[in-house]
Amino acid sequence: MKNPSTSPVPRSTKRSRKKGKRHPLATAALLLVGLVISGGAYAAFNTASATAEIDMNSQETIDQGQKLFAANCATCHNLDAQGTENGPSLIGVGSASVHFQVGTGRMPLSYQGPQAEQKPPQFTEEQTLQMAAYIASLAPGPAIPDSSLLQGDGDITRGGELFRINCAMCHNVAGAGGALTEGKFAPDLNGVAPVHIFEAMLTGPQNMPVFNDANISPEEKSDIISYLLFIQEQPSIGGFKLGSLGPVAEGLFIWIFGAGAIIALTVWITARSN
Amino acid sequence: MAEDTHSDESKAVAGVSASGSELAPGTTGLAVISSDAIENPGFPPHHVRVTDEDPKKRNRSARTVYSLFYLSIAGSIFAVAAYMAFPIESGAFEAIRANNLFVGLGITLALMGIGIGAVHWAKTVMADAEMADDRHPVRGSVAARERSVEIFKEANEESGFGRRTLIRNTLIGALVAFPLPAVALLRGLAPEGEDPVHLLKETMWDTGVRLTRDPLGTPIKASDVTLGSAFHVIPEGLKDLPHDEMLDAKAKAIVLLVRLDPNDLQEDENRVGWSYDGIVAYSKVCTHVGCPVALYEQHTHHLLCPCHQSTFDVTRHCEVIFGPAARPLPQLPIAVDDEGYLVAQSDFTEPVGPSFWERSA
Repeated sequence: MKNPSTSPVPRSTKRSRKKGKRHPLATAALLLVGLVISGGAYAAFNTASATAEIDMNSQETIDQGQKLFAANCATCHNLDAQGTENGPSLIGVGSASVHFQVGTGRMPLSYQGPQAEQKPPQFTEEQTLQMAAYIASLAPGPAIPDSSLLQGDGDITRGGELFRINCAMCHNVAGAGGALTEGKFAPDLNGVAPVHIFEAMLTGPQNMPVFNDANISPEEKSDIISYLLFIQEQPSIGGFKLGSLGPVAEGLFIWIFGAGAIIALTVWITARSN
Repeated sequence: MAEDTHSDESKAVAGVSASGSELAPGTTGLAVISSDAIENPGFPPHHVRVTDEDPKKRNRSARTVYSLFYLSIAGSIFAVAAYMAFPIESGAFEAIRANNLFVGLGITLALMGIGIGAVHWAKTVMADAEMADDRHPVRGSVAARERSVEIFKEANEESGFGRRTLIRNTLIGALVAFPLPAVALLRGLAPEGEDPVHLLKETMWDTGVRLTRDPLGTPIKASDVTLGSAFHVIPEGLKDLPHDEMLDAKAKAIVLLVRLDPNDLQEDENRVGWSYDGIVAYSKVCTHVGCPVALYEQHTHHLLCPCHQSTFDVTRHCEVIFGPAARPLPQLPIAVDDEGYLVAQSDFTEPVGPSFWERSA
């Protein structure tokens, strides 16, 4: 169906094409700008709402947490948090475990696989704390660490030594993560919130071993966090880090770009000039 | 200019090469005149370059070449300037990076300018006539061969190598003795005055030695090791050794201590007493080539070696379930002392780490 009102549209696009002022990528760029702005606004809103302070011991918080738990977690962990064959019992895992698993987006689990993967958290910090308070009310367990231990002002020398002995074999000496068996992996620690690093050590999520306070004291954990924050801030003297993954990434780079450049030069040197 | 005679010259050269595999008459060479199944195709047709035909393009190529050489000079000067402009005296990481980057860029420009310029010069501006340069015969003339035999005889006579047998034999003896220090030096790599085989078979662990945390050296109570925990362990007293001895001892004695649900453990009858309430201790030295095996997964109870992906099953005495390791990790028998601290019942019952010739039994 044609009516006169549609005719100006193609004409105007034709004109703009003739002038050649609009770049073919302009639409894509505009879309990207729009996405970045809306995404940024969403992220800003999210962090703003994450600074909520709530009383972990109040009955109201616990009740709120129980409701959230029943609606979002009970399918696998059972209504009384005793666990089903699809999910472990949460009695005694403590608020630290809930805060880590939900706060890093690992829970609720998107699918059964080798290990729960990090994804954008599904709950606000307030909701996460409410669920943590509920689980902590069921049985005593490791609690969310005090913020004084998360400032990154510990002894980085001691932290570095402890990191190399206890953590580096899986997480890589630069904290860049590494592969484990059968599809599991130790995640990259760069950019992980200090509170989540502390909670991971304390509770041993997925296949990570537990490093309880009797093994690595809270102060030592604080030192390890300080070390990780320190190495993230240090610039790389040797240029590109290539993910700090070591021989695999570096070997791949030099084989492709180094050997590639040598081959290209050889071809150029031996080719006849026209 | 050279271009005028150039094409004639190249043809002449090509003409020679067509019969190039034949030797000129009268030479007494060893060169084999082969009747190849594949005939010598000669040179491909001469390819005239644009720089041969067009003087403008030739001049432009020449400009490119000397510009590259100028660029190289600029690069060298830039490298010197960058060394002064970005000093590393402050020792700050950024300063070192900037210094390396800019000095390196300057030197790269200097070398690449020379290299690329030289190749471009040869390819586009220099004469490119094809020519064949036949190999001269390998065999020398009869006179030269006879003379060289004479020289050897004269040398033998003049030096007395054949006559003065004592000189000759002592020289041979000296040469034979010369490599001997290397043997002593290599033996010196093993600790002095001790049997290296014995050292490989023994570690610091002994009856009653407490298990302590690496690196602090504080003893570990059985109650500290909660389910799923992993402790990196050194023997008590290791920390107080002199540094070199400490490293040697630590390399053999490092242990990983984990606690499993006792129901998950599948223990051999003769090793039932080696664990304590689900707590087990295994050598951290891989039986393949000795890397520290410490990537423990608390739910699968797999212990992975990061070097070659040997995987050990902690529930079944660290049996190898994947990878190149040939033997399970040695288990350290443990117990609890009067104060509740974990102690070793004895040393490892087999040598830790990779194989060696004298290891058997």
